[in-house]
Amino acid sequence: MTLPALGWQGLVVLVVFGVSLLIATYSTYAERVIAAFLQDRVGPDRAGPFGLLQPLADAVKLFTKEEFFPAGANRALFVFGPCLAMVTALMSSAVIPFGNVLQFGETAIHLQGIEINVGMLYVFGMVSLGVYGIMIGGWASNNKFSLLGAIRAASQNISYEIAMGLALIAVLMMSGTLSLREITLQQSVAGEWHFWNIAKQPLGFVIFIVCAFAETNRTPFDLPECETELIGGYHTEYSSMKMGLYLFAEYINVFVASAVMSVLYFGGFNFPFQYELRDWLVSSQGLELVTASNIITILGLVGLFAKIFGFIFFFMWVRWTLPRFRYDQLMRLGWTILIPLAIFNIMLTGGLITFGVIK
Amino acid sequence: MESLSKRAKVLEKKPMTLAERAYLPAIFQGLTITMRHFFRAATKKQVTVRYPDETRPFSPVFRGLHVLKRDEQGRERCTACGLCAVACPAEAITMVAGERKKGEENLYREEKYAVSYEINMLRCIFCGLCEEACPKAAVYLQADKMAPPRFERDEFIYGKDRLVEPVTPDNRSKRGIQLTPEQAEKLRTQLQTA
Repeated sequence: MTLPALGWQGLVVLVVFGVSLLIATYSTYAERVIAAFLQDRVGPDRAGPFGLLQPLADAVKLFTKEEFFPAGANRALFVFGPCLAMVTALMSSAVIPFGNVLQFGETAIHLQGIEINVGMLYVFGMVSLGVYGIMIGGWASNNKFSLLGAIRAASQNISYEIAMGLALIAVLMMSGTLSLREITLQQSVAGEWHFWNIAKQPLGFVIFIVCAFAETNRTPFDLPECETELIGGYHTEYSSMKMGLYLFAEYINVFVASAVMSVLYFGGFNFPFQYELRDWLVSSQGLELVTASNIITILGLVGLFAKIFGFIFFFMWVRWTLPRFRYDQLMRLGWTILIPLAIFNIMLTGGLITFGVIK
Repeated sequence: MESLSKRAKVLEKKPMTLAERAYLPAIFQGLTITMRHFFRAATKKQVTVRYPDETRPFSPVFRGLHVLKRDEQGRERCTACGLCAVACPAEAITMVAGERKKGEENLYREEKYAVSYEINMLRCIFCGLCEEACPKAAVYLQADKMAPPRFERDEFIYGKDRLVEPVTPDNRSKRGIQLTPEQAEKLRTQLQTA
């Protein structure tokens, strides 16, 4: 990779970082507005036009609140917990392929933080590390309710990671690669009728999305936080921006989960008839192939974000519709239903691949 | 046992069907319901009243904060007869009567007037019986004003300073006697000379 290309790639990393933060910020606003609309209310509309400055006001509020350390808390770990939750959440967005290649003369810019051939494994690793943020924060608080909440969160995440991984294996059996970029590119082939993975893996997708809800600690699986039994769950003792980091990490996780689902099952940055559109731009509009490809790349970028926002909306829609599970129901669903279903899905996929129905 | 109303329904606890156990159909049913509400909130007029910006209109028969009216010449109508205090079921009204001195004819309408007139808004039940009892049409419960919340108990005892209608002729309550523009002008000149 040449030096200017490396510089461009660094810029892309920064942009991905910024966009993740921005989306997480406005997820808080979107959540409140969507919740309000689903409940026939108005929602935040005081700060700025349509309340658009509400996240800013929230941030100012969080930053100016008292920085509180409970007595007997392990100060270093108490600070480290939310930082870890935030860092791991942000890091997992690095490998998401947000778009194809932009070509400017000699330099080709991949609209992806970093391309690694174990992308999916990397995301899973980061998500697993995220549990430590919750666990360390809950333990360092020196509060039994925090600890109980953290244990609940950890056991829930570990349980659902298994089913999630098994659902993923079925996709990987078809793709034969862990690179998210490769998986995306495989979902659309020029010149032939090609389906996204959702058409081949409907059961796997249902398992994956259910597990994604559990992994991001969202309703109906928001057991780590519960006012009635655990006061606030793992972040009971947290105040100020450390609390904000935990809440923020959740929204970044929602964003990453939405992005991963879009990439794995909904074709990533592909959109229907993109090659036809490119050929049309070249043949009828007289554009160069490079320019036409760049236009397709940008359209694909917009398309991927539309898919991601669709999933984020779905996350919120479900949150404000469903009641939560009881903890034993959650565990039973995870271990006795989702994992066997995922294994069945693997065998089904294997059979279909063997008999050449799907590839 | 024989049912008295014969309306009791016997419910059989059937085992759940596969569709019910799979949760998903019920989940989608719930999602459609909330989505209907989402579009209703986005398109139809919302039921929420955005309070400081818009206020719900008061009922025309609302009985709110009291006012002691003045007559057409801006004189206090109250003669401290005490009928309102007698009528008050909550015993919220107290007053001290006094005799009008010479030269106070432009302040009080009759020879007798209320030196002090107090209503305890914590006792008052806003029934309006004082308004009905008043023979001089002096006390009214305003239809457009409420007794506001306060921090201290003694701030709820409203004296004449807060009850008597303001002398500025333009600043009048909606109910009771209204001044014509000529009367208001006359009152204004009277107040300036006094």
